Amino acid sequence: MTLAEKILSEKSGVKAEAGDIVEANVDKAMSHDNAALVIKKFEEIGMPLKIPDKIVIILDHRVPANTIKTAENHKKIREFVKKHGIKNFYDINYGICHQVMIEEGHAGKGMLIVGTDSHTTSYGALGAFSTGIGATEMAAVWATGKIWLKVPETFKITITGNLPKGVFAKDIILHIIGELGADGANYKACEYYGIVENMALADKITIANMSMEMGAKAALFGGDSEGAYEKEFEFDVSELSPQIACPHTVDNVKSVEDVEGKEINQAVLGSCTNGRIEDLRIAAQILKGKKIANGIRFLIFPASMKIYKQALEEGLIDIFIQAGGVIMNPGCGPCLGAHEGILASNEVAIASTNRNFKGRMGSKEAEVYLASPATVAASAIEGKIADPRKYL
Amino acid sequence: MLIRSKVIKYGDDINTDVIFPGRYLEIVDAEEMAKHAMEDLDENFLEKVKQARIIVAGKNFGCGSSREQAATCLKYAGVEAIIAKSFARIFFRNAINQGLLAIECKDADKIDDGDEIEIDTEKGEIRNLSKGVTLKIKPLPSFLSEIIKSGGLIEYMKRRA
Repeated sequence: MTLAEKILSEKSGVKAEAGDIVEANVDKAMSHDNAALVIKKFEEIGMPLKIPDKIVIILDHRVPANTIKTAENHKKIREFVKKHGIKNFYDINYGICHQVMIEEGHAGKGMLIVGTDSHTTSYGALGAFSTGIGATEMAAVWATGKIWLKVPETFKITITGNLPKGVFAKDIILHIIGELGADGANYKACEYYGIVENMALADKITIANMSMEMGAKAALFGGDSEGAYEKEFEFDVSELSPQIACPHTVDNVKSVEDVEGKEINQAVLGSCTNGRIEDLRIAAQILKGKKIANGIRFLIFPASMKIYKQALEEGLIDIFIQAGGVIMNPGCGPCLGAHEGILASNEVAIASTNRNFKGRMGSKEAEVYLASPATVAASAIEGKIADPRKYL
Repeated sequence: MLIRSKVIKYGDDINTDVIFPGRYLEIVDAEEMAKHAMEDLDENFLEKVKQARIIVAGKNFGCGSSREQAATCLKYAGVEAIIAKSFARIFFRNAINQGLLAIECKDADKIDDGDEIEIDTEKGEIRNLSKGVTLKIKPLPSFLSEIIKSGGLIEYMKRRA
Protein backbone atom coordinates (compact mmCIF):
# COMPACT_ATOMS: atom_id res chain seq x y z
CA MET A 1 0.00 0.00 0.00
CA THR A 2 1.04 3.58 -0.50
CA LEU A 3 1.45 5.83 2.52
CA ALA A 4 -1.72 7.69 1.54
CA GLU A 5 -3.66 4.40 1.45
CA LYS A 6 -2.23 3.25 4.78
CA ILE A 7 -3.00 6.48 6.60
CA LEU A 8 -6.47 6.93 5.10
CA SER A 9 -7.30 3.27 5.85
CA GLU A 10 -6.40 3.75 9.47
CA LYS A 11 -8.27 7.04 9.79
CA SER A 12 -11.41 5.82 8.04
CA GLY A 13 -11.57 2.28 9.42
CA VAL A 14 -12.00 0.78 5.96
CA LYS A 15 -9.49 -0.56 3.48
CA ALA A 16 -8.81 2.56 1.45
CA GLU A 17 -7.52 2.13 -2.07
CA ALA A 18 -6.68 4.81 -4.61
CA GLY A 19 -9.92 6.08 -6.16
CA ASP A 20 -12.12 5.22 -3.17
CA ILE A 21 -13.95 7.98 -1.34
CA VAL A 22 -13.60 7.62 2.42
CA GLU A 23 -14.81 9.51 5.45
CA ALA A 24 -11.85 9.91 7.76
CA ASN A 25 -11.25 11.21 11.28
CA VAL A 26 -8.82 14.09 11.37
CA ASP A 27 -6.04 14.30 13.96
CA LYS A 28 -5.48 18.05 13.69
CA ALA A 29 -7.42 20.86 12.06
CA MET A 30 -5.25 23.92 11.49
CA SER A 31 -6.34 27.43 10.62
CA HIS A 32 -4.59 30.79 10.57
CA ASP A 33 -6.08 34.28 10.27
CA ASN A 34 -8.79 32.77 8.08
CA ALA A 35 -10.17 31.15 11.23
CA ALA A 36 -12.31 34.32 11.28
CA LEU A 37 -14.08 33.06 8.16
CA VAL A 38 -14.20 29.50 9.56
CA ILE A 39 -15.88 30.83 12.71
CA LYS A 40 -18.45 32.71 10.63
CA LYS A 41 -19.29 29.54 8.67
CA PHE A 42 -19.23 27.37 11.78
CA GLU A 43 -21.74 29.63 13.50
CA GLU A 44 -23.97 29.48 10.42
CA ILE A 45 -24.08 25.68 10.71
CA GLY A 46 -25.16 26.04 14.33
CA MET A 47 -23.81 22.71 15.56
CA PRO A 48 -21.63 22.27 18.68
CA LEU A 49 -17.84 22.18 18.43
CA LYS A 50 -16.95 18.50 18.17
CA ILE A 51 -13.16 18.59 18.34
CA PRO A 52 -11.91 21.57 20.40
CA ASP A 53 -8.67 19.77 21.30
CA LYS A 54 -7.81 18.98 17.70
CA ILE A 55 -8.21 22.54 16.50
CA VAL A 56 -5.03 24.56 16.13
CA ILE A 57 -5.20 28.28 15.33
CA ILE A 58 -2.05 30.24 14.55
CA LEU A 59 -2.14 33.92 13.61
CA ASP A 60 0.42 34.61 10.89
CA HIS A 61 -0.94 36.12 7.69
CA ARG A 62 -1.36 39.74 8.79
CA VAL A 63 0.55 40.12 12.02
CA PRO A 64 0.45 42.46 13.81
CA ALA A 65 -2.90 43.57 12.35
CA ASN A 66 -2.43 45.87 9.35
CA THR A 67 -5.98 47.22 9.09
CA ILE A 68 -9.01 47.65 11.33
CA LYS A 69 -10.69 44.82 9.44
CA THR A 70 -7.81 42.47 10.24
CA ALA A 71 -7.80 43.64 13.86
CA GLU A 72 -11.52 42.84 14.12
CA ASN A 73 -10.89 39.37 12.66
CA HIS A 74 -8.09 38.70 15.14
CA LYS A 75 -10.29 39.93 17.98
CA LYS A 76 -13.12 37.64 16.89
CA ILE A 77 -10.70 34.69 16.82
CA ARG A 78 -9.31 35.44 20.30
CA GLU A 79 -12.83 35.71 21.72
CA PHE A 80 -13.90 32.44 20.08
CA VAL A 81 -10.81 30.61 21.33
CA LYS A 82 -11.47 31.81 24.87
CA LYS A 83 -15.17 30.99 24.76
CA HIS A 84 -14.62 27.44 23.51
CA GLY A 85 -11.50 26.66 25.53
CA ILE A 86 -9.36 25.98 22.46
CA LYS A 87 -5.98 25.37 24.01
CA ASN A 88 -3.89 25.19 20.85
CA PHE A 89 -4.01 28.87 20.02
CA TYR A 90 -0.86 30.71 19.00
CA ASP A 91 -1.10 34.47 18.86
CA ILE A 92 1.05 36.78 16.74
CA ASN A 93 4.23 36.06 18.67
CA TYR A 94 4.82 32.49 17.41
CA GLY A 95 5.30 32.53 13.65
CA ILE A 96 4.14 31.00 10.40
CA CYS A 97 1.51 28.32 10.87
CA HIS A 98 3.32 25.43 9.16
CA GLN A 99 6.54 25.99 11.08
CA VAL A 100 4.68 26.43 14.37
CA MET A 101 2.63 23.25 13.75
CA ILE A 102 5.86 21.30 13.48
CA GLU A 103 7.73 23.08 16.29
CA GLU A 104 4.85 22.65 18.71
CA GLY A 105 4.46 18.95 17.98
CA HIS A 106 1.09 19.09 16.22
CA ALA A 107 2.31 17.15 13.20
CA GLY A 108 3.74 13.65 13.11
CA LYS A 109 4.08 10.41 11.19
CA GLY A 110 0.85 8.70 10.24
CA MET A 111 -1.39 11.61 11.18
CA LEU A 112 -4.22 13.01 9.07
CA ILE A 113 -4.08 16.79 9.18
CA VAL A 114 -6.22 19.30 7.32
CA GLY A 115 -5.52 23.00 7.23
CA THR A 116 -7.11 26.07 5.68
CA ASP A 117 -3.91 26.78 3.81
CA SER A 118 -2.70 25.16 0.63
CA HIS A 119 0.83 24.63 1.98
CA THR A 120 -0.53 22.28 4.64
CA THR A 121 1.23 19.62 2.53
CA SER A 122 4.36 20.62 4.51
CA TYR A 123 3.79 18.07 7.29
CA GLY A 124 4.38 15.24 4.86
CA ALA A 125 8.04 15.91 5.68
CA LEU A 126 7.28 14.06 8.92
CA GLY A 127 5.16 11.37 7.24
CA ALA A 128 1.73 12.90 7.83
CA PHE A 129 -1.03 12.92 5.22
CA SER A 130 -1.78 16.61 5.32
CA THR A 131 -3.72 18.69 2.88
CA GLY A 132 -5.35 22.06 2.35
CA ILE A 133 -9.10 22.75 2.47
CA GLY A 134 -11.33 25.84 2.40
CA ALA A 135 -12.85 27.67 5.35
CA THR A 136 -16.38 26.30 4.89
CA GLU A 137 -15.11 22.76 4.80
CA MET A 138 -13.06 23.44 7.93
CA ALA A 139 -16.23 24.65 9.67
CA ALA A 140 -17.75 21.23 8.89
CA VAL A 141 -14.63 19.51 10.28
CA TRP A 142 -14.97 21.52 13.50
CA ALA A 143 -18.57 20.32 13.76
CA THR A 144 -18.00 16.65 12.87
CA GLY A 145 -14.31 15.81 13.32
CA LYS A 146 -14.45 14.15 9.92
CA ILE A 147 -13.78 14.88 6.27
CA TRP A 148 -14.53 13.04 3.03
CA LEU A 149 -11.48 12.45 0.88
CA LYS A 150 -10.86 10.71 -2.37
CA VAL A 151 -7.90 8.41 -1.79
CA PRO A 152 -5.28 9.76 -4.21
CA GLU A 153 -3.15 7.80 -6.61
CA THR A 154 0.52 8.15 -5.72
CA PHE A 155 3.58 9.22 -7.69
CA LYS A 156 6.89 7.79 -6.57
CA ILE A 157 9.58 10.42 -7.02
CA THR A 158 13.19 9.37 -6.55
CA ILE A 159 16.06 11.84 -6.45
CA THR A 160 19.50 10.50 -7.31
CA GLY A 161 23.05 11.83 -7.67
CA ASN A 162 25.26 14.00 -5.50
CA LEU A 163 23.77 17.42 -4.99
CA PRO A 164 26.34 19.96 -6.24
CA LYS A 165 27.61 22.79 -4.05
CA GLY A 166 25.29 25.80 -4.10
CA VAL A 167 22.27 23.69 -5.05
CA PHE A 168 19.64 22.99 -2.42
CA ALA A 169 16.30 21.30 -1.69
CA LYS A 170 14.53 24.37 -3.11
CA ASP A 171 16.35 23.92 -6.40
CA ILE A 172 15.39 20.23 -6.48
CA ILE A 173 11.69 20.90 -6.00
CA LEU A 174 11.67 23.83 -8.43
CA HIS A 175 13.29 21.53 -11.00
CA ILE A 176 10.65 18.84 -10.39
CA ILE A 177 7.81 21.38 -10.69
CA GLY A 178 9.35 22.68 -13.91
CA GLU A 179 9.43 19.15 -15.31
CA LEU A 180 5.98 17.98 -14.16
CA GLY A 181 4.14 21.30 -14.57
CA ALA A 182 1.77 23.36 -12.41
CA ASP A 183 -0.84 20.61 -12.54
CA GLY A 184 1.58 17.71 -12.95
CA ALA A 185 0.61 16.13 -9.64
CA ASN A 186 -2.94 17.53 -9.35
CA TYR A 187 -4.98 15.34 -6.97
CA LYS A 188 -1.99 13.01 -6.48
CA ALA A 189 0.06 12.06 -3.45
CA CYS A 190 3.82 12.25 -3.98
CA GLU A 191 6.16 9.92 -2.08
CA TYR A 192 9.79 11.03 -2.10
CA TYR A 193 12.78 8.69 -2.09
CA GLY A 194 16.52 8.74 -2.74
CA ILE A 195 18.98 11.34 -1.50
CA VAL A 196 16.22 13.55 -0.11
CA GLU A 197 15.44 10.86 2.49
CA ASN A 198 18.74 11.68 4.18
CA MET A 199 18.37 15.44 4.01
CA ALA A 200 17.56 17.65 7.00
CA LEU A 201 13.95 18.04 8.13
CA ALA A 202 14.10 21.66 6.92
CA ASP A 203 14.84 20.43 3.39
CA LYS A 204 12.06 17.85 3.48
CA ILE A 205 9.63 20.55 4.61
CA THR A 206 10.66 22.73 1.64
CA ILE A 207 9.99 19.87 -0.77
CA ALA A 208 6.68 18.82 0.81
CA ASN A 209 5.57 22.46 1.03
CA MET A 210 6.31 23.26 -2.62
CA SER A 211 4.76 20.02 -3.90
CA MET A 212 1.52 21.99 -3.66
CA GLU A 213 2.75 24.05 -6.60
CA MET A 214 2.29 21.08 -8.90
CA GLY A 215 -1.13 20.42 -7.43
CA ALA A 216 -0.23 17.61 -5.02
CA LYS A 217 -2.89 16.64 -2.51
CA ALA A 218 -0.21 15.34 -0.15
CA ALA A 219 3.57 14.94 -0.23
CA LEU A 220 5.05 12.24 1.93
CA PHE A 221 8.41 11.13 3.24
CA GLY A 222 9.14 7.95 5.18
CA GLY A 223 7.44 5.42 2.94
CA ASP A 224 8.62 1.85 2.33
CA SER A 225 8.52 2.10 -1.45
CA GLU A 226 6.09 -0.83 -1.55
CA GLY A 227 2.96 0.79 -2.89
CA ALA A 228 1.18 0.47 -6.20
CA TYR A 229 2.33 3.71 -7.78
CA GLU A 230 0.50 5.33 -10.65
CA LYS A 231 3.73 6.75 -12.03
CA GLU A 232 7.39 6.68 -11.06
CA PHE A 233 9.85 9.47 -11.73
CA GLU A 234 13.58 9.65 -11.23
CA PHE A 235 15.54 12.89 -11.21
CA ASP A 236 19.34 12.90 -11.28
CA VAL A 237 20.45 16.16 -9.68
CA SER A 238 24.22 15.72 -9.98
CA GLU A 239 24.40 18.28 -12.80
CA LEU A 240 21.65 20.57 -11.52
CA SER A 241 22.24 24.34 -11.44
CA PRO A 242 20.49 26.69 -9.02
CA GLN A 243 16.91 26.96 -10.29
CA ILE A 244 14.72 30.02 -10.74
CA ALA A 245 10.93 30.04 -11.22
CA CYS A 246 10.28 32.98 -13.51
CA PRO A 247 7.10 35.09 -13.75
CA HIS A 248 4.23 34.38 -13.64
CA THR A 249 3.92 30.66 -13.00
CA VAL A 250 5.85 28.41 -10.62
CA ASP A 251 6.50 25.87 -13.37
CA ASN A 252 8.28 28.44 -15.55
CA VAL A 253 11.61 27.18 -14.23
CA LYS A 254 15.02 28.04 -15.65
CA SER A 255 18.62 27.53 -14.61
CA VAL A 256 20.30 30.53 -13.01
CA GLU A 257 22.63 30.80 -16.03
CA ASP A 258 19.63 31.73 -18.17
CA VAL A 259 18.31 34.41 -15.83
CA GLU A 260 21.33 35.93 -14.09
CA GLY A 261 21.82 39.64 -14.59
CA LYS A 262 18.11 40.46 -14.32
CA GLU A 263 17.95 43.61 -12.19
CA ILE A 264 15.95 43.44 -8.97
CA ASN A 265 14.39 45.97 -6.61
CA GLN A 266 13.76 43.66 -3.70
CA ALA A 267 15.16 40.42 -2.27
CA VAL A 268 12.98 38.47 0.13
CA LEU A 269 14.32 35.79 2.47
CA GLY A 270 11.86 33.83 4.59
CA SER A 271 8.41 32.17 4.47
CA CYS A 272 7.06 28.73 5.34
CA THR A 273 9.01 27.41 2.37
CA ASN A 274 12.46 28.76 3.23
CA GLY A 275 12.55 30.70 6.50
CA ARG A 276 14.15 28.08 8.73
CA ILE A 277 17.47 28.40 10.56
CA GLU A 278 19.31 26.43 7.85
CA ASP A 279 18.02 28.92 5.26
CA LEU A 280 19.10 31.92 7.30
CA ARG A 281 22.53 30.34 7.93
CA ILE A 282 23.34 29.83 4.26
CA ALA A 283 22.19 33.35 3.41
CA ALA A 284 24.26 34.78 6.27
CA GLN A 285 27.30 32.80 5.15
CA ILE A 286 27.06 34.47 1.74
CA LEU A 287 26.31 37.94 3.11
CA LYS A 288 28.83 38.01 5.95
CA GLY A 289 30.94 41.15 5.75
CA LYS A 290 29.20 42.27 2.55
CA LYS A 291 26.68 44.94 1.68
CA ILE A 292 23.59 44.61 -0.44
CA ALA A 293 23.56 46.55 -3.71
CA ASN A 294 22.66 50.23 -3.63
CA GLY A 295 19.03 51.02 -4.14
CA ILE A 296 17.56 47.61 -3.37
CA ARG A 297 15.57 46.41 -0.38
CA PHE A 298 16.44 43.18 1.38
CA LEU A 299 13.70 41.79 3.66
CA ILE A 300 14.22 38.93 6.09
CA PHE A 301 11.33 37.27 7.86
CA PRO A 302 12.17 34.13 9.84
CA ALA A 303 9.54 31.38 9.83
CA SER A 304 9.04 31.46 13.59
CA MET A 305 9.95 33.36 16.72
CA LYS A 306 12.08 30.39 17.86
CA ILE A 307 14.06 30.60 14.63
CA TYR A 308 14.32 34.37 15.01
CA LYS A 309 15.75 33.93 18.51
CA GLN A 310 18.20 31.28 17.38
CA ALA A 311 19.31 33.47 14.47
CA LEU A 312 19.93 36.29 16.94
CA GLU A 313 22.01 34.00 19.15
CA GLU A 314 24.04 32.76 16.20
CA GLY A 315 24.75 36.31 15.05
CA LEU A 316 22.90 35.87 11.75
CA ILE A 317 20.54 38.78 12.34
CA ASP A 318 23.54 41.03 12.93
CA ILE A 319 25.03 39.95 9.59
CA PHE A 320 21.76 40.77 7.80
CA ILE A 321 21.48 44.19 9.43
CA GLN A 322 25.13 45.01 8.72
CA ALA A 323 24.53 44.06 5.10
CA GLY A 324 21.64 46.51 4.89
CA GLY A 325 18.71 44.15 5.39
CA VAL A 326 15.43 44.86 7.15
CA ILE A 327 14.35 42.27 9.71
CA MET A 328 10.63 41.66 9.96
CA ASN A 329 8.66 39.69 12.50
CA PRO A 330 7.77 36.08 11.59
CA GLY A 331 4.66 35.99 9.41
CA CYS A 332 3.40 35.49 5.88
CA GLY A 333 2.89 39.14 4.86
CA PRO A 334 5.28 39.72 1.94
CA CYS A 335 4.83 36.29 0.33
CA LEU A 336 1.21 36.91 -0.62
CA GLY A 337 1.15 40.69 -0.83
CA ALA A 338 -0.96 40.79 2.31
CA HIS A 339 1.09 43.45 4.00
CA GLU A 340 4.76 44.50 4.27
CA GLY A 341 7.14 44.44 1.34
CA ILE A 342 4.53 45.20 -1.33
CA LEU A 343 5.91 45.74 -4.83
CA ALA A 344 5.12 48.77 -7.01
CA SER A 345 4.41 48.54 -10.73
CA ASN A 346 7.33 47.36 -12.86
CA GLU A 347 9.36 46.35 -9.80
CA VAL A 348 11.14 43.01 -9.64
CA ALA A 349 11.69 40.79 -6.62
CA ILE A 350 13.63 37.62 -6.04
CA ALA A 351 12.18 35.61 -3.18
CA SER A 352 12.69 32.35 -1.32
CA THR A 353 8.88 32.10 -1.11
CA ASN A 354 6.57 29.75 -3.00
CA ARG A 355 4.46 31.64 -5.57
CA ASN A 356 5.17 34.12 -8.34
CA PHE A 357 1.67 34.65 -9.73
CA LYS A 358 0.77 37.99 -11.26
CA GLY A 359 0.01 40.42 -8.44
CA ARG A 360 1.14 37.93 -5.79
CA MET A 361 3.48 40.37 -4.03
CA GLY A 362 1.62 43.58 -4.80
CA SER A 363 1.18 45.31 -8.15
CA LYS A 364 0.06 43.10 -11.01
CA GLU A 365 2.68 44.88 -13.10
CA ALA A 366 5.43 43.59 -10.77
CA GLU A 367 7.49 40.43 -11.25
CA VAL A 368 8.50 37.77 -8.73
CA TYR A 369 11.30 35.25 -9.29
CA LEU A 370 11.51 32.30 -6.91
CA ALA A 371 14.81 30.79 -5.80
CA SER A 372 16.75 29.24 -2.93
CA PRO A 373 17.87 31.35 0.05
CA ALA A 374 21.45 31.21 -1.27
CA THR A 375 20.41 32.59 -4.66
CA VAL A 376 18.36 35.30 -2.93
CA ALA A 377 21.38 36.32 -0.81
CA ALA A 378 23.76 36.39 -3.78
CA SER A 379 21.23 38.43 -5.76
CA ALA A 380 20.86 40.93 -2.90
CA ILE A 381 24.61 41.57 -3.02
CA GLU A 382 24.68 42.15 -6.77
CA GLY A 383 21.31 43.90 -7.17
CA LYS A 384 20.50 41.47 -9.94
CA ILE A 385 19.76 37.78 -10.13
CA ALA A 386 23.07 36.08 -9.33
CA ASP A 387 24.59 32.62 -9.14
CA PRO A 388 25.27 31.75 -5.49
CA ARG A 389 27.96 29.19 -6.30
CA LYS A 390 30.69 31.81 -6.63
CA TYR A 391 30.06 32.85 -3.02
CA LEU A 392 30.29 29.34 -1.55
CA MET B 1 -30.25 21.32 -13.19
CA LEU B 2 -30.48 23.44 -16.32
CA ILE B 3 -28.32 26.56 -16.76
CA ARG B 4 -28.38 28.63 -19.93
CA SER B 5 -26.16 31.65 -20.49
CA LYS B 6 -23.46 33.27 -22.56
CA VAL B 7 -19.87 32.29 -21.80
CA ILE B 8 -16.78 34.18 -20.59
CA LYS B 9 -13.70 32.27 -21.73
CA TYR B 10 -10.29 32.15 -20.01
CA GLY B 11 -7.12 30.10 -20.52
CA ASP B 12 -5.07 27.54 -18.58
CA ASP B 13 -3.78 27.70 -14.98
CA ILE B 14 -6.02 30.57 -13.83
CA ASN B 15 -4.79 30.89 -10.23
CA THR B 16 -6.61 31.96 -7.10
CA ASP B 17 -4.40 35.04 -6.67
CA VAL B 18 -5.73 36.61 -9.86
CA ILE B 19 -9.28 35.45 -9.11
CA PHE B 20 -9.19 36.97 -5.63
CA PRO B 21 -5.98 38.86 -4.74
CA GLY B 22 -4.32 38.29 -1.37
CA ARG B 23 -4.70 41.94 -0.44
CA TYR B 24 -8.42 41.36 0.10
CA LEU B 25 -8.26 38.17 2.18
CA GLU B 26 -9.35 39.96 5.33
CA ILE B 27 -12.84 40.36 3.80
CA VAL B 28 -15.38 37.94 5.31
CA ASP B 29 -18.55 39.37 3.70
CA ALA B 30 -19.43 37.55 0.47
CA GLU B 31 -21.04 40.54 -1.28
CA GLU B 32 -17.92 42.57 -0.63
CA MET B 33 -15.70 39.73 -1.92
CA ALA B 34 -17.65 39.80 -5.19
CA LYS B 35 -16.53 43.37 -5.89
CA HIS B 36 -12.95 42.11 -6.34
CA ALA B 37 -13.66 39.01 -8.42
CA MET B 38 -11.07 38.47 -11.17
CA GLU B 39 -9.56 41.86 -10.38
CA ASP B 40 -6.00 40.94 -11.42
CA LEU B 41 -7.06 38.87 -14.44
CA ASP B 42 -9.78 40.80 -16.22
CA GLU B 43 -10.74 44.32 -15.22
CA ASN B 44 -13.97 44.09 -17.26
CA PHE B 45 -15.15 40.92 -15.56
CA LEU B 46 -17.83 42.48 -13.36
CA GLU B 47 -19.31 44.15 -16.44
CA LYS B 48 -19.12 40.96 -18.55
CA VAL B 49 -20.71 38.74 -15.89
CA LYS B 50 -23.93 40.74 -16.09
CA GLN B 51 -24.48 39.18 -19.53
CA ALA B 52 -22.48 35.95 -19.26
CA ARG B 53 -22.86 33.82 -16.18
CA ILE B 54 -20.84 30.77 -17.17
CA ILE B 55 -17.03 30.74 -17.08
CA VAL B 56 -15.24 28.33 -19.41
CA ALA B 57 -11.51 27.75 -18.94
CA GLY B 58 -8.62 25.46 -19.78
CA LYS B 59 -6.71 23.15 -17.47
CA ASN B 60 -5.98 23.55 -13.75
CA PHE B 61 -8.55 26.27 -13.03
CA GLY B 62 -8.19 27.68 -9.51
CA CYS B 63 -4.65 26.52 -8.83
CA GLY B 64 -2.72 28.00 -5.93
CA SER B 65 -4.10 29.07 -2.59
CA SER B 66 -6.81 27.30 -0.57
CA ARG B 67 -8.72 30.60 -0.25
CA GLU B 68 -12.38 29.77 -0.75
CA GLN B 69 -13.01 33.45 -1.43
CA ALA B 70 -11.93 32.58 -4.99
CA ALA B 71 -15.07 30.46 -5.36
CA THR B 72 -17.29 32.65 -3.16
CA CYS B 73 -16.47 35.88 -5.02
CA LEU B 74 -17.36 34.31 -8.37
CA LYS B 75 -20.66 32.97 -7.07
CA TYR B 76 -21.68 36.29 -5.56
CA ALA B 77 -20.54 38.16 -8.66
CA GLY B 78 -23.23 36.17 -10.49
CA VAL B 79 -21.36 33.17 -11.92
CA GLU B 80 -23.67 30.14 -12.04
CA ALA B 81 -21.24 27.51 -13.30
CA ILE B 82 -17.61 27.02 -14.22
CA ILE B 83 -16.60 24.57 -16.92
CA ALA B 84 -12.91 23.72 -17.19
CA LYS B 85 -10.75 21.04 -18.76
CA SER B 86 -9.57 20.37 -15.22
CA PHE B 87 -9.71 21.98 -11.79
CA ALA B 88 -7.11 22.34 -9.07
CA ARG B 89 -8.37 20.12 -6.28
CA ILE B 90 -8.88 22.61 -3.46
CA PHE B 91 -10.73 25.04 -5.74
CA PHE B 92 -13.02 22.24 -6.92
CA ARG B 93 -13.96 21.35 -3.33
CA ASN B 94 -14.42 25.01 -2.43
CA ALA B 95 -16.71 25.60 -5.41
CA ILE B 96 -18.93 22.63 -4.55
CA ASN B 97 -18.97 23.67 -0.89
CA GLN B 98 -20.13 27.15 -1.90
CA GLY B 99 -22.87 25.62 -4.04
CA LEU B 100 -21.15 26.70 -7.24
CA LEU B 101 -21.37 24.16 -10.05
CA ALA B 102 -17.90 23.11 -11.25
CA ILE B 103 -17.90 20.86 -14.31
CA GLU B 104 -14.94 19.09 -15.79
CA CYS B 105 -15.15 18.87 -19.57
CA LYS B 106 -12.21 17.74 -21.70
CA ASP B 107 -13.84 19.40 -24.72
CA ALA B 108 -13.98 22.87 -23.20
CA ASP B 109 -11.97 24.02 -26.25
CA LYS B 110 -15.16 23.62 -28.29
CA ILE B 111 -16.72 26.54 -26.48
CA ASP B 112 -15.63 30.08 -27.34
CA ASP B 113 -15.97 33.42 -25.62
CA GLY B 114 -19.47 34.80 -26.14
CA ASP B 115 -21.05 31.44 -27.10
CA GLU B 116 -24.51 30.76 -25.74
CA ILE B 117 -24.58 27.37 -24.00
CA GLU B 118 -26.94 25.26 -21.96
CA ILE B 119 -25.72 22.95 -19.21
CA ASP B 120 -27.98 19.98 -18.52
CA THR B 121 -26.69 18.08 -15.49
CA GLU B 122 -29.51 15.53 -15.63
CA LYS B 123 -28.63 14.46 -19.15
CA GLY B 124 -24.91 14.96 -18.54
CA GLU B 125 -24.36 17.28 -21.47
CA ILE B 126 -23.50 20.78 -22.50
CA ARG B 127 -25.32 22.11 -25.57
CA ASN B 128 -23.40 24.81 -27.41
CA LEU B 129 -26.35 26.66 -28.93
CA SER B 130 -24.14 29.06 -30.89
CA LYS B 131 -22.26 26.24 -32.61
CA GLY B 132 -24.92 23.53 -32.59
CA VAL B 133 -22.58 21.08 -30.83
CA THR B 134 -23.33 18.86 -27.81
CA LEU B 135 -20.55 17.93 -25.37
CA LYS B 136 -20.68 15.10 -22.84
CA ILE B 137 -19.92 15.66 -19.16
CA LYS B 138 -19.35 13.22 -16.34
CA PRO B 139 -22.02 13.45 -13.63
CA LEU B 140 -20.94 14.48 -10.12
CA PRO B 141 -21.05 11.82 -7.38
CA SER B 142 -24.54 11.95 -5.89
CA PHE B 143 -23.56 13.41 -2.51
CA LEU B 144 -21.75 16.28 -4.27
CA SER B 145 -24.86 16.93 -6.36
CA GLU B 146 -26.83 17.05 -3.12
CA ILE B 147 -24.47 19.71 -1.73
CA ILE B 148 -24.92 21.80 -4.90
CA LYS B 149 -28.70 21.40 -4.80
CA SER B 150 -28.75 22.47 -1.14
CA GLY B 151 -26.91 25.65 -2.07
CA GLY B 152 -23.61 24.66 -0.47
CA LEU B 153 -22.12 22.65 2.38
CA ILE B 154 -23.50 24.87 5.15
CA GLU B 155 -27.10 24.48 3.96
CA TYR B 156 -26.51 20.78 3.31
CA MET B 157 -25.32 20.28 6.90
CA LYS B 158 -28.19 22.31 8.35
CA ARG B 159 -30.63 20.05 6.52
CA ARG B 160 -29.01 16.92 7.89
CA ALA B 161 -28.55 18.24 11.44
